[in-house]
Amino acid sequence: MSRPENEAQYLASLVPPSVRGVDRRTVLRGALGIGALLGTGTLAACGGGDTGSGGVPTGPVSGTVTVGSNQSDAVPKAAVQSLMDAFQKANSGTTAKINTVDHNTFQENINNYLQGSPDDVFTWFAGYRMRFFASKDLAGDVSDVWSGITGMSDALKKSSTGDDGKQYFIPATTYPWAVFYRKSVFEQRGYEVPKTLDDLKALGTTMQKDGLDPIAFGDKDGWPGMGTFDQLNLRINGYDYHVSLMAGQESWSSDKVKKVFDTWAGLLPIHQADPLGRTWQEAAQSLQQKKSGMYVLGSFLAQQFEKGSEQDDLDFFTFPEIDSTIGTDAIEAPIDGWMMSKRPKNEAAAKKLLAYIASPPAQDILVKADPSVIATNDGADTASYTALQKKTVEFVKGAKSIAQFMDRDTRPDFASTVMIPAIQQFLKNPKDIDGLVNSIEAQKKSIFGS
Amino acid sequence: MATTYRGINQLSGRDKVIVGLMVVVPTLVVVWLVWLPAIGSVLLSFTNWDGIGPISGIKTVGLQNYRDITTIYPPFWPAIQHNLIWLAVMFFVATPLGMFLAVLIDRGVKGTKFYQTSIYLPVVLSLALVGFIWQLIYSRDQGLINTLTGSTVDWYGDPSVNLWAALVAATWRHSGYIMLLYLAGLKGVDPSLREAAKVDGATERQTFFRVVLPVMRPINVIVLVVTFIESLRAFDLVWVINKGRNGLELISTLVTQNVVGEASRIGFGSALATIMLLISSVLVFFYLRIVMKED
Repeated sequence: MSRPENEAQYLASLVPPSVRGVDRRTVLRGALGIGALLGTGTLAACGGGDTGSGGVPTGPVSGTVTVGSNQSDAVPKAAVQSLMDAFQKANSGTTAKINTVDHNTFQENINNYLQGSPDDVFTWFAGYRMRFFASKDLAGDVSDVWSGITGMSDALKKSSTGDDGKQYFIPATTYPWAVFYRKSVFEQRGYEVPKTLDDLKALGTTMQKDGLDPIAFGDKDGWPGMGTFDQLNLRINGYDYHVSLMAGQESWSSDKVKKVFDTWAGLLPIHQADPLGRTWQEAAQSLQQKKSGMYVLGSFLAQQFEKGSEQDDLDFFTFPEIDSTIGTDAIEAPIDGWMMSKRPKNEAAAKKLLAYIASPPAQDILVKADPSVIATNDGADTASYTALQKKTVEFVKGAKSIAQFMDRDTRPDFASTVMIPAIQQFLKNPKDIDGLVNSIEAQKKSIFGS
Repeated sequence: MATTYRGINQLSGRDKVIVGLMVVVPTLVVVWLVWLPAIGSVLLSFTNWDGIGPISGIKTVGLQNYRDITTIYPPFWPAIQHNLIWLAVMFFVATPLGMFLAVLIDRGVKGTKFYQTSIYLPVVLSLALVGFIWQLIYSRDQGLINTLTGSTVDWYGDPSVNLWAALVAATWRHSGYIMLLYLAGLKGVDPSLREAAKVDGATERQTFFRVVLPVMRPINVIVLVVTFIESLRAFDLVWVINKGRNGLELISTLVTQNVVGEASRIGFGSALATIMLLISSVLVFFYLRIVMKED
């Protein structure tokens, strides 16, 4: 659950600046203070004992291990709690102290958090977002934990690996992006799952005749549109190009990117109108109320559907093929998981905990709590999965390449300060694609060049 | 016991230390909390620091941030424009409205307590709540306005509408605040002044504009200053709506977008903050000139 799940949670993240202290002065005060803090922090850590990194202990561990968690919602919070309880039970003498921080606050403060005194292990995401902090020397090497892990694919290992070839991340759960729809609507109207872009457009036209919004869409928060861009780019230009574009190695003003926006512009008439004033939850509800026919989103959209028969009615297909030479074997499935801080106070227990989190029983606890995600370990118990989860497992397994998500695959500052406004600009005025991509490219050069 | 004041020499040693501390400590606090960050902000605006690593690792980039802001950063000019609109609306609509409400209530409209409470309510509500209330009203698919009128105006998504929608919400808050300030001022006006005016045959209108308003000069100045500050700081409501994007850009939100977050562009954000500092300095300059002239 990388996203706010409901209005209340979303609003809770928007603590007024007077309270949170987000004004120019405070930010700078913090920034100026960091230098001083860094000096003392480092010294203190050097003096503090256990620096031996002798792999994952096989015997019992003891003491307190601190856990930083962004799982602030009631359900996942309880899941983390029972995860830690299970760990404590198996390792008597060890206490896992959970420090839960509101989801968005956690993300926005990650810089200060990691440079201050972070918890021994903490929740984070795979991809560039993880590599960025690893390359800034703010994360702990967990390669030795990885060497003991079974049941995780090479693709997972790759997305847990930093630029230096060491692992810095332990995957826990994942959820794919795809085109979601209600089975009952498709059955009732006799719709068929579109295989190609032309099929999709034809289906869209039929749906419009039937009084439906073909593709639900909400981009008020700025990020859901990134998912549509990613899908189109993966289908039009393929996985490798997508990854290097995200890494800043390709020009955004190239014909390849223009084609993505062009194709998108051609699809906008079958999207729900006025996406910029609608949250993803509102868009998902229009699918739930059978006012829309399809929705391109992550499987967390199931959270807007009631558990039981309503969620059973939810199904999905991969984004249709656009170029037959590219195919549809690349998908997007962000991985959520855990990292270890650079200098954990209790390294032995931290590594033992991470090894436990990678194991099937631990992941069973997590996916049971939130059935909109699936476990990353193949050994996890899929018998109790919902139909949607079972299909998700096959979907992810069948993919040749897996992208994360735009804001996880590229520099976060580029994603949030350039791409969110740019995509919103495109949705406002889909005609000026040249001006748009030139503006993105100019800003990209400035950010990636720094 | 009347002794003539002989200057600082009259104070005992301990008193001198205390007086000294009373001067030095606040000065240090102001320097540390206000001046150092402000100067630091200006200095950082010439760098590309990302907020990670020691200060010694900062690389200066000269005026590049300022060049980028004014040339290739699309939200900047809309933000300047929106800030000016914001200022104008607060000045010419929200503040007069608050004053008008205060005068009405002061004259003793029926149910004063009720109006006073309901108008002041938005000021005490948490901003998250204010944002949530207006989301219920403005939402395109599920909002009150569109449900009642059957319109499909995208109040928060259409960039030519959402600034005004946000300004209505901001006016709602600001007027209540100004009303309360002004009401306090009006209550402080000596009633005998009004009576004297009445005896002299002045109409209600004349009494207010010729007598009451000039007497309330200090309050008027405070109201103007509060309006200025609130408009420049305009941030929270817009941030609650859509984090200050898509038609709701303000300089303060751009600063926050760039500085706060996972991989912050502290240098770039500082340059934006410096521009904001310059703009507010102009206003501060004029304000100080007016105040100094008075003295």
